[in-house]
Amino acid sequence: MGMTEAILLTIATAATPLLIAALGELVVERSGVLNLGVEGMMIMGAVGGFAAASLTGNPWIGILIAILFGAITSLAFAFLTLSLAANQVATGLALTILGLGLSGLIGEPFVGQAGIKLSNISIPVLTDLPLVGPLLFGQDPIFYMSIALVIGVAWFLFRTRFGLTLRSIGDNHISAHALGIPVLRYRYFAVMFGGACAGLAGGHLSLVYTPQWVENMSAGRGWIALALVVFASWRPARVLAGAYLFGAVSIGQLHAQALGVGVPSQLLTALPYIATIVVLVLISQNVRTTLINTPAMLGRAFVPER
Amino acid sequence: MTYLSPIIGLALALIAGAIMFSFLGKPPLGALYAYFIEPVSEMWSVHELLIKAAPLILMGAGLCVCYQSNNWNIGAEGQMIMGGMAGSILPVLFPQIAGPFVLPAMLIMGVIGGMAYAGIPALLKTKFKTNEILTSLMLVYIAQLILDWTVRGPWRNPHGLNFPETRQFDAFARLPEMIPADGRANFGFVIAVVVALLIWVLMAKTMKGFQVKVIGASPRAAKFAGFDAKNMVFFAFLLAGATAGLAGIVEVAGASGQLRTTISPGYGFTAIIVAFLGRLNPIGAIVAGLVLALTFLGGEAAQISLGVSDKVARVFQGLILFFVLACDTLILYRIRFVASKIIPKGAA
Amino acid sequence: MDQGEVLLKLEGISKYYGSFKANDQISLEILPGEIHALLGENGAGKSTLVKMLYGSLQPDEGRIIWEGQEVHVPNPAAARDLGVGMVFQHFSLFDALTVAENVALALPPGKSLKQVAKELEEISTSYGLPLKANARIHDLSVGERQRVEIVRCLLQHPKLIIMDEPTSVLTPQEAEDLFKVLRRLSDEGKAILYISHKLAEVQALCQEATILRHGKVVGECVPGDETPISLAKMMVGSDIHEISPRDVAVAHGDVMLQVKSLSLSGLSGFDTALKDISFMLHAGEISGIAGIAGNGQNELFDAVSGERVSEEECILIKGEPVGNMGIQKRRKLGAMFISEERLGHAAVPEFALSENVILTRHGLDKSLNKGPFVSRRAAKKVKDDIVAKFDVRKGSSDPTAQSLSGGNLQKFVLGREVMGDAEIIVVNQPTWGVDAGSAAHIRQWLVDLAAKGAAVLVISQDLDELFEVADAIATLNEGRLSPFVPTRSTDRHKIGLQMTSGTLEQA
Repeated sequence: MGMTEAILLTIATAATPLLIAALGELVVERSGVLNLGVEGMMIMGAVGGFAAASLTGNPWIGILIAILFGAITSLAFAFLTLSLAANQVATGLALTILGLGLSGLIGEPFVGQAGIKLSNISIPVLTDLPLVGPLLFGQDPIFYMSIALVIGVAWFLFRTRFGLTLRSIGDNHISAHALGIPVLRYRYFAVMFGGACAGLAGGHLSLVYTPQWVENMSAGRGWIALALVVFASWRPARVLAGAYLFGAVSIGQLHAQALGVGVPSQLLTALPYIATIVVLVLISQNVRTTLINTPAMLGRAFVPER
Repeated sequence: MTYLSPIIGLALALIAGAIMFSFLGKPPLGALYAYFIEPVSEMWSVHELLIKAAPLILMGAGLCVCYQSNNWNIGAEGQMIMGGMAGSILPVLFPQIAGPFVLPAMLIMGVIGGMAYAGIPALLKTKFKTNEILTSLMLVYIAQLILDWTVRGPWRNPHGLNFPETRQFDAFARLPEMIPADGRANFGFVIAVVVALLIWVLMAKTMKGFQVKVIGASPRAAKFAGFDAKNMVFFAFLLAGATAGLAGIVEVAGASGQLRTTISPGYGFTAIIVAFLGRLNPIGAIVAGLVLALTFLGGEAAQISLGVSDKVARVFQGLILFFVLACDTLILYRIRFVASKIIPKGAA
Repeated sequence: MDQGEVLLKLEGISKYYGSFKANDQISLEILPGEIHALLGENGAGKSTLVKMLYGSLQPDEGRIIWEGQEVHVPNPAAARDLGVGMVFQHFSLFDALTVAENVALALPPGKSLKQVAKELEEISTSYGLPLKANARIHDLSVGERQRVEIVRCLLQHPKLIIMDEPTSVLTPQEAEDLFKVLRRLSDEGKAILYISHKLAEVQALCQEATILRHGKVVGECVPGDETPISLAKMMVGSDIHEISPRDVAVAHGDVMLQVKSLSLSGLSGFDTALKDISFMLHAGEISGIAGIAGNGQNELFDAVSGERVSEEECILIKGEPVGNMGIQKRRKLGAMFISEERLGHAAVPEFALSENVILTRHGLDKSLNKGPFVSRRAAKKVKDDIVAKFDVRKGSSDPTAQSLSGGNLQKFVLGREVMGDAEIIVVNQPTWGVDAGSAAHIRQWLVDLAAKGAAVLVISQDLDELFEVADAIATLNEGRLSPFVPTRSTDRHKIGLQMTSGTLEQA
């Protein structure tokens, strides 16, 4: 495998968790809910996935548990913000704080353990093709899931009745309620889908990207995923582009560190965070696109009349 | 009613904590005792509590103003780091400058450092409409890396055996202890309480405080009143940044006496919980700051006496915020519900 | 009456909110093809009743009998299955979606968007309500939005159509067109439950009327047999205060407010921009601006009040250019503003009345500010003065703004603004959502203020109101303001024409 392929592969690996988590959050926000707890759900997925995989020896069970952990964590958010109409911003922060704490506690026995890596797929002949082989036919299974998710989410949102209903709720929950659409039920599903995606993204971190458990290993990726949704102005294909852009930035800085360019490593490590701020500033310049695409109900609680 | 929801929230968090301890194989009641009572049964540990409470109270009170005006500053941790660094410029780079004015100058520079760093998300929000939640948080990661680089690099103690830390501050550059015979607590706690009280006066009695509340409750009505929302973004962020910066230098010049690669075990994030547990009221933040300081202290104590992980502290903090938010809305929800029975909303 | 013929029968329907009876033992009958009016003031319980019919709310007591069968309507989908359609007053549309998507959401699943688009364009053409299926709602006018609502309702093939205050957003001409559609639907055998508080149109359109007051049925009648006065009496329960006219001979004084070639771009991209607006307002004069909501009224109000700033020379108060000044500076010059929305604009809903006094009077009432501090005691005193002078009825001594009824809160807001030396009063929709008694008081106060020499600008969708109080009327249409004409020399028909196609008359 050549250098270029290796770099492209690692970019894909770095981009995949961002992509999955951002797609999940995109669906959540399209329904009008702002869940800032992506980081918390992701880290819960990471610890759950790692623990399950190392207890059973099966990374696939790890992935399953990661998804489950993310979804269960999101349920706490859903209950507070949907059933109790709590402030979504504060509850999302609470979810992140709780997730970081709980994952640290759960993961304590696993610190320093060698992890189990979900291996890349390998198809005879195809995988050995030059350049395209490893890129198209030799990646980890989650990578293929992430690409399928982009298509699936886009199809769901813009080609199905359920997707239309979900978008209508995000646009105006009062109208939706007046038409008899079960607003809260849809939002529960959306939030749990977002949680499952964040959990899967976390599982990717601890079972594929760096197969081990390190406290706080999500390192702000949940927050970057949130920024990606804004960057993509709530459109799945643009999330894909954004995730790969960020993947490239974080891999680029790793390579620069390895090559020992004359810049402090801390500055390079800070690059993805700086890039996030820069991208957010650039995207907020385009007021009209942002305004048209932002789900109008984003962050607003819905209390049905009875 | 106002005090009910945080108290119920705390009680529920304790119950959840007891369940957590029994899962960890500890006797729940004994564990709660070891966690929450034992650490404050001795004078010296009460001093430790006050040391931990000072930054929490400071930042919690500052965040009250942010959250009441709908400015979601979640980057107090980064602002605290920057305050600690700015405040350390004198004792680290100019140790030859000595005198009684050094400490006040350090405190002022800490405040300025925190304000300047908090000014970035405020500027981006007002000038480019960039979401302040994400920018203020990203700036935390960046601040942590800046601190790490500075302490390992240019500011490292030349006589420090290559440890990543600056030189020890001289006595005149350190916050004096209140009652040295009893324990380590310094005047940082007093500063924190005074600042919280001042912010309370600001919020409860002044026109500016009224503006904060109007802008938070109803931006459109605030415009109708002629209140400038952009000014308020700066006011809230700079005020919170000032308290965070002060907390940073209080921490550095007080408990640690030198700058290390980390200056806070996440106080800036815990301060968010302080603000909410204190019902976004600065006086409430004093009480809430003490409660959350106890979760840190109890975490350390429980690690030794019970052999449980110090991660338990974070879990407790998360649980407290969760339950307080739940109880808050439960109670508000009921009020709203009762009110809607008297006045049917939108009845036409 | 033959039981089998009745389409809908309500028996003793009640809905309670605690001790408050929103609906108290309501009974009525509707025959197929009948246009049945549900008359009542704001807060009489009309919306609560129809929400129960449409399944959005559940009755606490009573029976709904549909085509002779007792039915339970758990949700709107069930109502639609029965054959009940609804055209909402505050449209239940989705701004970011297309017309076809909006319609599809209310139909049972199974049809493709293309099919829906085709059917809706067919039906909309056949009823003379033209619509483009792939237009986005936020690009449509208010009238077009109502068409979407109606077409959506018709596609469900309802037997009963509930229309909640459908003409409140229409010009007189558009209302006439709507009536034609409704009469045709009635001829086709569809029953219509027509909710309104406008007596003239009920008389013109409806064969039966049920009148609600305080949640109870207080009368049933054939509207054609009644007079507007007798209907109003049933609706309000007492005689309505008639405005005592001003001395018409009062000569108009100095120019108090002048707007000069004011153009304003839409901020959000959805707003109607203001296009080259100029007018003058004199002391002692009441000028009215008519127009359908969404044609720039709110933008004009914001520009005049200073909530949005413009070029300095575009707005002059007492000759002083103030276009780039904020609202508080304009208040200091003697201009007072009363916005359309009370809760969340003119008042903070969850704040006490005394705190809402501070909201707009800070800096004006010297007693309220003591250096950087606020005097809450002084605020309470001002509040007490307003309450006493403007007859604000409230439950406790200093309740929150949101706990007051629409009429009482509007009286409080008006009182707060005119307590001091108000020389210019700009008011947007002064009696929107206000009960008839309070509305009459509010109009009287506006007239009295002008009689005392104040310059009053009334922006209103309610033509009756403008003809009652204004000396001159102009219309605002798509951000353009027609010239003011004396009220005496125009009529509702001419103004109505201007509201849709102002250029016709201007050219």
